[in-house]
Amino acid sequence: MSGVRVLVGTRKGAFILTSDGKREKWQVAGPHFGGWEMYHLKGSPADPNRIYASQTSGWFGQQMQRSDDGGVTWQPVGNKFVYEGETGTHQWYDGKPHPWEFKRVWHLEPSLTDPDTVYAGVEDAAIFRTTDGGATWTEMAGLRNHSTGNKWQPGAGGMCLHTILLDPQNPARMWVAISAAGAFRSDDGGCTWKPITKGLHSQYIPDPTAEIGHCVHRIASHRSKPDVLFMQKHWDVMRSDDAGDNWYEISGNLPTDFGFVIDVNTNQPETVYVVPIKSDGEHYPPEGKLRVYRSRSGGNEWEPLTKGLPQQDCYVNVLRDAMAVDSLDKCGVYFGTTGGQVYSSADGGDSWNAIVHDLPAVLSVEVQTLS
Amino acid sequence: MIRVMLPAHLRNLANTGSEVTVAIQGQATIASVLDALENQYPVLRGTLRDYATQERRAFVRFFVCSEDWSHLPAGTPLPDEITSGKEPFMVIGAIAGG
Repeated sequence: MSGVRVLVGTRKGAFILTSDGKREKWQVAGPHFGGWEMYHLKGSPADPNRIYASQTSGWFGQQMQRSDDGGVTWQPVGNKFVYEGETGTHQWYDGKPHPWEFKRVWHLEPSLTDPDTVYAGVEDAAIFRTTDGGATWTEMAGLRNHSTGNKWQPGAGGMCLHTILLDPQNPARMWVAISAAGAFRSDDGGCTWKPITKGLHSQYIPDPTAEIGHCVHRIASHRSKPDVLFMQKHWDVMRSDDAGDNWYEISGNLPTDFGFVIDVNTNQPETVYVVPIKSDGEHYPPEGKLRVYRSRSGGNEWEPLTKGLPQQDCYVNVLRDAMAVDSLDKCGVYFGTTGGQVYSSADGGDSWNAIVHDLPAVLSVEVQTLS
Repeated sequence: MIRVMLPAHLRNLANTGSEVTVAIQGQATIASVLDALENQYPVLRGTLRDYATQERRAFVRFFVCSEDWSHLPAGTPLPDEITSGKEPFMVIGAIAGG
């Protein structure tokens, strides 16, 4: 009997929501690590019982947790994130040099093949890797030491590396996105990186087509077409058909092209989901209507999905790591809000139900499809 | 033995009660208490002091005999009340955030 396990990180703890393949009835477990900010939890594709979690606090810093039994029990693992070599500087909000300072882990991306290998995207922006199940973490310093690194600047939410994509067809290739440095790709297993921003246009930076400085909010891809990338930028929904070498806009008929999340239907590589947000100054849905927009044509033509979602007086946000898709047929789609709701759709977005209504503000949502 | 009081989140993390005891070899200072605490409870490494700089985390405070010692040098010797166990060395999460 198939099932799903939804991993929810919130401002005040982690929650695990489980259901069978019908995805109608849910069991809610948690809070785990109550009172801590749980930025991200993600399971290993190679061993679904292995889950990693980023636990952080403005008071007590970063902790890393690992479960070997599907999230029932947890053990703390290594939390030492120290930049390699000379720390150097990036640009601060005022344009002056500012030393790199580790603050927290935003995103965890377990290896597709090895449960002991995980990549961690951190603030201030860098990528770390463990190959021993989280006991020790080592910076992959080629990214931060990129020739543009000293010019990177934080976005409003900090200078975070929030997106890591691994290529299922090419183990040497990976992508990252950083607010507000932009997007980068490595073709040599993370040793060296190059900006992939050709075609991006950001009016809020001095040179709108600069190589770096774009506030990328999220990148997603489909496992069968890893070179096709979909990006939710600060403003603009973008697409690349060549692994990020070139981008073009696919915002089309969206009511606003600002937003944070973007994801791709597991069974349909050209079916894409976004949640439009009114503006960067108003982090809530337009008209007080919470609508997921779906494109079945790889962009440009979008349809609002509203069945089961609040269509009046809704002023929540959906943060960048708070949408996920399962691998069932039909594809399940999940997203969490800053209002503490986690919505699920068991029919590719046609209809929605709130699994939970009243969690703390949701920071991240991931889903595991269990056989 | 030196008594150390921990805030709730760190008690949970270290799986202890509100108070623990640590043994110090030689002169007891703020730094030596923190070193002993981290050796006894490795999970607390990084929670009190930054890994890279070893500086006290901004919202962590150290109280000694009802006084805030947070800004004193880490090598400051602790008074007899602490080293004798009469008073606890208190680790406090600062009130922050409204």
